[in-house]
Amino acid sequence: MTAETWAIARFTVLMALTATFLVLPPAIATGWVLARKSFAGKALFETIVSLPLVLPPVASGLVLLWLFGRRGPLGRALDAVGIEVVFTWKAVVIAMMVISFPLVARSVRAGIEQVDQRFEGIAATLGAGWFQILTTITLPLASRGIIAGAILGFSRALGEFGATIMVAGAIPGRTQTLAVGIYTLVETGREELAWGLVAISALLAFGAIYVSNRIAGSRGTP
Amino acid sequence: MISLTIDITLRQDAFTLDVSESASVEVLGLFGPSGSGKTSLLEAVAGLRHPDRGAIKVGDRDLYSSTLQINLPSRERRIGYVPQDALLFPHLDVKANILYGTSGHLGTAKALAYAETVDLLELGSLVARRVQKLSGGEKQRVAIARALMIRPALLLLDEPLAGVDRERRDRILPYLMRIRKQLHVPLVYVTHDADELTAIADRVLKLEAGRVVASGPPSAMWPAATR
Repeated sequence: MTAETWAIARFTVLMALTATFLVLPPAIATGWVLARKSFAGKALFETIVSLPLVLPPVASGLVLLWLFGRRGPLGRALDAVGIEVVFTWKAVVIAMMVISFPLVARSVRAGIEQVDQRFEGIAATLGAGWFQILTTITLPLASRGIIAGAILGFSRALGEFGATIMVAGAIPGRTQTLAVGIYTLVETGREELAWGLVAISALLAFGAIYVSNRIAGSRGTP
Repeated sequence: MISLTIDITLRQDAFTLDVSESASVEVLGLFGPSGSGKTSLLEAVAGLRHPDRGAIKVGDRDLYSSTLQINLPSRERRIGYVPQDALLFPHLDVKANILYGTSGHLGTAKALAYAETVDLLELGSLVARRVQKLSGGEKQRVAIARALMIRPALLLLDEPLAGVDRERRDRILPYLMRIRKQLHVPLVYVTHDADELTAIADRVLKLEAGRVVASGPPSAMWPAATR
C-alpha cells in the first residue's frame, strides 16, 4: 500500500462523510413529507425522488455536469460569485449526495412510518406545534431508520463512480475517489496498485454493513 | 362544574358516531361496549379526529363548530387526553414525559406545578425511571400527570383502570377523586364498568353503536348498584 492509495482512501471517506452530513437534512425533510403528508402530485414527487436510484449514475452525472457547468443554470450563478464546482472536490460531494439521496430519504421515510402517529397526537394535545413534534417525538422515535439511512447513504457514496467521473473527473490528488481510482489505475496498467484500493474498499464496506446490522439488530428503544 | 356541549356526527368507514348532549358536569361518564364510539368521541373532543358536522363546546370556548367554521387545533384546546394504553413517550423518562407539555413555561411556576402534580399522584419514586419499567397502573398515573401539567380545561380518561387489577384499581380511583376535588379539573371518564361510574361520575352517557341510548345520573342508570 502506497501513500497514494492511502491519500485516495482518506479523500474518499472525507468526501462521503461530507456528502452524508449534507444530504441528511433534505433527506429527512423529504422522508417526513412522504411518510406524513398527502398532497396532489405526491406520486410524481415520489418518482422524482427515486429517479437517481434507477437512472444510470452516468446519466445523473451528465445532468449535474449540465447544471453546474459554466453555462448551466446553477453553474452560471455560482460562477458569478466565484465558486467553481465542476472538476473540483465539491463536484465529488454533490455527485455522492445526489446518488445517495433516494436511499437515505427512503430509509428515513420507512423509519417515520413506523412511528405510531398517536404519539404525535398526544404531543399536540400537550401544546406542541408541528416542528416541536417532529424534533422531539417523530425523529427521535425514527432514529434507527435515520441512522440506517445515513450508513446506507455513506456506503453508497463511498462506491460512487458514474456520476463522479462525469462531473468531477479523475484528477489525481484532487477528485480521485476509490472507485474512480481503481478504474484509472487499471486503465493505466497499474493494476497491482488498484488491488490496494479494492482492499480498502472492502474493509470500509465491511465496517459499514457490520455497524448497520448491529443497529438493526439492537432491540429496545433508541 | 363545567358546561359541556358535544353535538357531533363523525363518519368513519362503516361506522357513524352521532351524539348530541349538553350538560353541566364535574365527571361525565361514557359507558358502553367496545366499538360503541367512546374513544372516537374523546378523540373528537381532543381534536385528534374531525367530525363531519356539529359543535364541541367546553365552558364558554368553542373548540369545534361547523356552522361557525371553528376547528381549534389540538395544541390550542387545552384538553388533557389520557388514552387507554397511556402512550407514554418511550424515548423519554418519567420526568421528561410529565414535563413534556411545559417546555414554554416559566421555571418557578413549572417547578411548583411539577412538584404539586408529582405529589398528588405520588410519583416521587418513579420520576427517574424509564417508562418501560413501569406497571400498567403506574403508566396511567404518569400519563394523567403529563396531561394535568398543561392545566387542562377538561381531562379525558379512556378506560384508565382497564389494564389494572382490582386491588390496584381501588388505589388509583382515589387519585382521580383528588383531581376532581383538589384541582377542580372536570373529567370525561370512559369505561365499560358500571361500578367505576357509580363511584366517580355525576352523569353518564350510555353509548351503543355510535348513539346515545340512555343518559342520566348513575343512580338512575343503575339503581341497584348505588350505595
